[in-house]
Amino acid sequence: MPVLEGKELRIVGFLCNWCSYGGADTAGVGRFTQPTDLRVIKVPCSGRIDPLFIVKTLMSGADGVLVSGCHPNDCHYAEGNFYARRRLEMLKRFIPMLGIDPDRFDYTWVSASEGQRWQEVVTKFTEQIHKLGPAQKIEGPEAEETLKLMEASL
Amino acid sequence: MKNLEDLKKQIKDGLSELDVVIGWTDSFDPLHATPHFMRSEADVDKLKVDALCVHNLATYLPSLKGKKVGIVVKGCDSRSVVELLQENLINRDDVTIFGFGCTGVVDQTKIRRAVGDVGQVEACEVSDAEVKLSVAGKEHKLPMADVIADKCQTCRYPNAVVSDQFVGDEIKATASFEDGYKDLEEFEAKSTEEKFGFWLGEMDRCIRCYACRNACPMCVCRDHCVAQSRDPHWLSQEAHVRDKWMFQVIHAYHLAGRCTECGECQRACPVDIPILLFKKKFNKEIKEVFNYEAGLDPEAKPPLQTFKIDEPTIKEKEW
Repeated sequence: MPVLEGKELRIVGFLCNWCSYGGADTAGVGRFTQPTDLRVIKVPCSGRIDPLFIVKTLMSGADGVLVSGCHPNDCHYAEGNFYARRRLEMLKRFIPMLGIDPDRFDYTWVSASEGQRWQEVVTKFTEQIHKLGPAQKIEGPEAEETLKLMEASL
Repeated sequence: MKNLEDLKKQIKDGLSELDVVIGWTDSFDPLHATPHFMRSEADVDKLKVDALCVHNLATYLPSLKGKKVGIVVKGCDSRSVVELLQENLINRDDVTIFGFGCTGVVDQTKIRRAVGDVGQVEACEVSDAEVKLSVAGKEHKLPMADVIADKCQTCRYPNAVVSDQFVGDEIKATASFEDGYKDLEEFEAKSTEEKFGFWLGEMDRCIRCYACRNACPMCVCRDHCVAQSRDPHWLSQEAHVRDKWMFQVIHAYHLAGRCTECGECQRACPVDIPILLFKKKFNKEIKEVFNYEAGLDPEAKPPLQTFKIDEPTIKEKEW
């Protein structure tokens, strides 16, 4: 049994390649202590993030999702995060409708030099998710079982 | 409809320059109307417009792009036409819009609940005040107020918002924006767990027939719908509630800022899942944040397809 089982929740972070992923790297290089719950998915730009990625993640069993991109006006592609901001704000307002606590999702902006800020954001977000506890899961065949079934049918 | 003859005359006058005019006519039983594609004067004579004409005919327009098409629209349908114009899915020059002031349409589900079995309707008479039905030898008189569709009770745009020909008098709307969202507010008062449980139960009934998608005038991808795509593989073929629910969220999300609340998705649903609630939620939030309503101005840009450098109405989290 892994040491952290029961102490860790499943949090997914979508980070933009140019700022926030760099920021997380800076935090790592600076050896800042961070919670280990967050799994990072690197995307080219926060504008690449379809809000449905987040819904899908939450419905598939994640306890929280964090999106982080470049600060507005600093986007590598000039305007990707402006579009992202509108979409993500709509998502933030929509997910309570699904019976998912809006605090399970947040979006923010972290630049490549802001290692300290990244540490702060991750720590606070993880605390927020731990306060909410594990999310309600949609019962059904687990991914591993589905895989087994698929293998059996091949 | 009082001015039906005027409407027929207008359509006949325009028919020579049009490939087809879409309206409604009698269906398989007296309780239903069906979409009607008119190409000759004889076809126009069969036109019918009353409270049974529920279909939003704008659904057919994108697939007829390039042809000269006439269309008969109620207020809500006309908003779908505006939205299609806004997104360049149809050309204004190719579409002739016959608009009128609508007094509301019936909700077949409400009739079914009131009458029971509606398998054998022998006669149906619709007036402004009531629906008179004869089902399997039994007479039913249903007051219009009991069977009118929910969307009509809180309608704010009964008249076609855009039209080339307008038939009859304009109808005055009395409802306010808030009136249309009372059911949503009621739902939102539930707790997070209740909402989650509610949707699990509702979505479990979904049979993935995609009728909601096909009836929707704004669902224009059709053959390229992500629900059926293998690349990207958004949804599996499993009949699991997760996939059904996800499909409805995809549907709602793709309509954010575009949905005109014609209610066709919910009407077309054979198992009565209240999917309009999702769309209403988006519309309410879009109105609040961007002060925007879909389907009113053909020149406007949907809010999620544009941005402002500073968003005064979006309050971001401060860490």
